[in-house]
Amino acid sequence: MLHLTLFLVFGLVCVAGAVNLLAQRHPINSALSLVVVMGALAGEYLLLGAEFLGAVQVIVYAGAIMVLFVFVIMLLNAGEEARFGGSRVAILLGVPGLLTGGLMITWVLLKYSGTGAVPLGALPGPPKEIARLLFHEFLLPFEVTSVLVLIAIMGSVVLAAKPDQIQQSKEER
Amino acid sequence: MSITTFIIVSLIKTALALFVLLTAVAYSVWLERKVVGRMQNRWGPTRVGPFGLLQPAADGVKFLLKEDLTPPHVYKPLYIAAPIIAVVFALTSIAVIPIGNPVTIFGLTIPLQIAPDLNIALLIILGVTSLGVYGVALSGWSSNSKYSLLGGLRASAQMISYEIALGLSLVGVLIMSGSFSLNDIVAAQTGVFWGFIPKWNIFHGQFVAFFIYLMAAYAETNRIPFDLPEAETELVAGYHTEYSAMKFAMFFMAEYANMVTVGCLATLLFLGGWSGPVFGPPLLQALLPVFWFVAKVFVFMFIYIWVRGTLPRFRYDQLMAFGWKFLLPLSIANVVVTALIVVLQQ
Repeated sequence: MLHLTLFLVFGLVCVAGAVNLLAQRHPINSALSLVVVMGALAGEYLLLGAEFLGAVQVIVYAGAIMVLFVFVIMLLNAGEEARFGGSRVAILLGVPGLLTGGLMITWVLLKYSGTGAVPLGALPGPPKEIARLLFHEFLLPFEVTSVLVLIAIMGSVVLAAKPDQIQQSKEER
Repeated sequence: MSITTFIIVSLIKTALALFVLLTAVAYSVWLERKVVGRMQNRWGPTRVGPFGLLQPAADGVKFLLKEDLTPPHVYKPLYIAAPIIAVVFALTSIAVIPIGNPVTIFGLTIPLQIAPDLNIALLIILGVTSLGVYGVALSGWSSNSKYSLLGGLRASAQMISYEIALGLSLVGVLIMSGSFSLNDIVAAQTGVFWGFIPKWNIFHGQFVAFFIYLMAAYAETNRIPFDLPEAETELVAGYHTEYSAMKFAMFFMAEYANMVTVGCLATLLFLGGWSGPVFGPPLLQALLPVFWFVAKVFVFMFIYIWVRGTLPRFRYDQLMAFGWKFLLPLSIANVVVTALIVVLQQ
């Protein structure tokens, strides 16, 4: 009972943070709302029994990635965004799209509820189990993902470096 | 244990831990002023109480009574929230730190830590510490002053960079103990080599890791020689330039509370936790482990102060080069070598 209440509370905080992220006009407030969303998600994982995942969620997303977001916003000194009325296309396409998506999710949840859903506190939580899953059953996807991340890093380095710097390093070689 | 007793015991433990931690914070400031004073051939605080022992109380009263200035150009919500974030996360991480074996009082077995002994205690500390960066970063940004902004930027870049080396330096210890639980890590360090050298991780192949942890911890807590976020000579006071009175004191408390946490973690991971010679009557046997734990943390704090009294500040490029080009490869090498040795020994 306590678990369910806490789960709902964290869920509400999560959704409220996400809505606030969109509603805020200042980038730094939006970034901080995203931190709240990440923190609340970590709480949800913890309640589901995935304690390791929850801790890693806080360390990686709330503690490292979002700090970099805030860092960049600070560095660029981004100001408040102007508010527009919203384009007509967004309203014409977005509202029906949102309704359809919501209906589909509700339908799926209603139809398949109780089948294969994870009860509170039953996810594979301990680090050993997660490590076994990652390095035995899902080894290939895991390694492929790391190669993908590596490609992204290299791409960003190439994009960020000025052309003459690359030329210079080539000449040095 | 019923839920009511559990809550009462937890509340008592929380109050006690907070009291001890805040007292430790106040007196490490006193110790630092005293020791650095002697290192620089002066007396340090002497006026308030014997040996200046009441100086922390006088400082506290001063902080409370000073006018709490809020500069007109700040972004107020975050300006007020930043010191709170810093101090809250600094005080939270003490919850998962055990300071001794469970004790039995009136038939109740009470573990000497606030949070239950989870298998992710170490990760919780890392997570909470990494959230503490927000206090520093946001104070720098919301103050709307160039010195604060530069200090905040430096602090966040520095803390992110050194967090990686810090985290990797702990992996060696984790490989040796096979658990994230701080109690298990301490339990894995019991025993002796050749009859007299304790089997602490620092003597058990993790000396390099301890060195990396020490360096990274100094950078994480913004202490000399890595105190660039608040370098007085260039940035006035860095990220807390625009803060006064209790808000400034909160940053101060956060910094010293982080130092205490880092010391506790070093004791648990590398110095054998509360292990040490235990003898005498039952009461002494119960208290001695806690004494050994506190003594080791004290030694660690003293080294902090000693380094502060000895070393000059790095340049910023030296700081980044040291973190990324020296500590990071060294910590990765340490992980690989430790893993190889552990596998070969099996």
